[in-house]
Amino acid sequence: MIYFDKVSKVYPDNSIALDSVSFPIEEGEFVSIVGHSGAGKTTLLKLLLAEEKPSTGTVFYESQNVHELKSRGMTDYRRKIGAIFQDFRLLSGRTAYENIAFAMEAAGKHDKEIEASVPDVLELVGLENKIWNFPGELSGGEKQRLAIARAIINQPDLIIADEPTGNLDPLNTHEIVDILQKINELGTTVILTTHNKGVIDSLKKRVITLEKGKVIRDDKKGGYIL
Amino acid sequence: MFWTKLKRVFKSGFINFWRNGVVSLAAMLVVSATLFVIGSIVLGNALTKAALDEIKEKVDVNVYMRVDAKEPDILALRDSLSKLPQVSKVEYVSSEEALAEFKERHKDNTLILESLEEVGGNPLGATLNIKAKDPSEYENIAKFLESDSALAPGGASIIDKVNYRQNKLIIDRLTNIIDSAHTLGYALTLLFILMSVTVTIGTIRLAIYTAREEISVMKLVGASSNYVRGPFIVEGLMYGVLSALIVVVLFYPVALWVGSATEGFFGGINLLTYYRSNFFELLAILLLSGSLLGTVSSWLATQRYLKV
Repeated sequence: MIYFDKVSKVYPDNSIALDSVSFPIEEGEFVSIVGHSGAGKTTLLKLLLAEEKPSTGTVFYESQNVHELKSRGMTDYRRKIGAIFQDFRLLSGRTAYENIAFAMEAAGKHDKEIEASVPDVLELVGLENKIWNFPGELSGGEKQRLAIARAIINQPDLIIADEPTGNLDPLNTHEIVDILQKINELGTTVILTTHNKGVIDSLKKRVITLEKGKVIRDDKKGGYIL
Repeated sequence: MFWTKLKRVFKSGFINFWRNGVVSLAAMLVVSATLFVIGSIVLGNALTKAALDEIKEKVDVNVYMRVDAKEPDILALRDSLSKLPQVSKVEYVSSEEALAEFKERHKDNTLILESLEEVGGNPLGATLNIKAKDPSEYENIAKFLESDSALAPGGASIIDKVNYRQNKLIIDRLTNIIDSAHTLGYALTLLFILMSVTVTIGTIRLAIYTAREEISVMKLVGASSNYVRGPFIVEGLMYGVLSALIVVVLFYPVALWVGSATEGFFGGINLLTYYRSNFFELLAILLLSGSLLGTVSSWLATQRYLKV
């Protein structure tokens, strides 16, 4: 489904974020990417989202080089991915309802479908009572659940979660990981980056370990080893 | 789907405008200031044009005919002058009319009237009073009068004197002043508009700068560039339209206040009367420039953050 082919990324200040990284990700997998800060985890996800371009190498999504996509193709590609970020990246000027509705509107969904689906997904992540609250009025855990709701609303093929539990307490962390696991069980591919040893150890899924921009370990049912 | 998307874009633009109250107000103030400058320039140009037309109207050239010139020859000359493309009006004053006017003008001066009696008959010739379409054309008209074309059919000159050469200095100076006033007007207009447009673009860019993070999120969520940009363009349009309405209303008390003062100074044109009779034209200019300013600024400002 996804293939990183000898991907390197060097930033303008000559810092090497990724150094000839190659690995495949199959459909329906739950892959955790671990590593110290600066190991290249976030860069990897940014390359997959085409938020950044690789210096060399290619990122394939179903045999399509994602960095060759033009505006229309790029929009369609991004609609297949639900992205969750450590800093939530919600639309602060819109309510919980509008944040979710925006993703559906952008995907060209009809008003009736939006009106029916948004309350359902907010209920799914336990935010049914916060439907008209703005992100500024939500706690960290609630914001992240809202971000997850936005990521899954269009039933994407792939969920990318970049340190989604980085700003959360253990209870909220557990809830978020639980939701991600459920999404994966329904068939959606999930890529998760994290520092959190407890999360990795409890998942018992594939773990890719990055160090200084290189893949140093790729275990089918790994734990957190650094 | 197109109409649904358009509806969503407009709705989102209205909501953003309302929720970003302070930013919207600041942007509208700047757009209003720009439109006020543009409106002032429009009104100022109308006043200057009226004043210059008034001055141009006062410039003319008199052709004094010889006393012995025959009326049909003079009328023939008048007709050929009227046919010149540079001439806007030729007025014929017969020698009798000239005498009557002279007497009327000097009716209190017995000495002059007595001298006139002494001379006997009518010493005054007829006059042709010429008005050109533009002051700079008098030179050509004078040349025409000095040429053979102005001679009577027999080849004799019927013209005694043309006062153009005496008036030339004043006419030339006036022509120069009018030209410079036009050039200066255009330069100032351009400068002011450029200045205020730059400030407006800067302000709207600043307003959108605060939303740059959201723009990139919208793109990452899978929204197309046009869908992300749309609401900002609608917001820009609202800044422009609302500012135009504010400014056109604001001009009423200004016109009222300045109106009577300008009437004496600019020779007959009252700003308030002008404002009233050209209200819709002024409104159209302000609406058009406001909308253009708002939408183009928003387009330029979002362009930068859409490259995600």
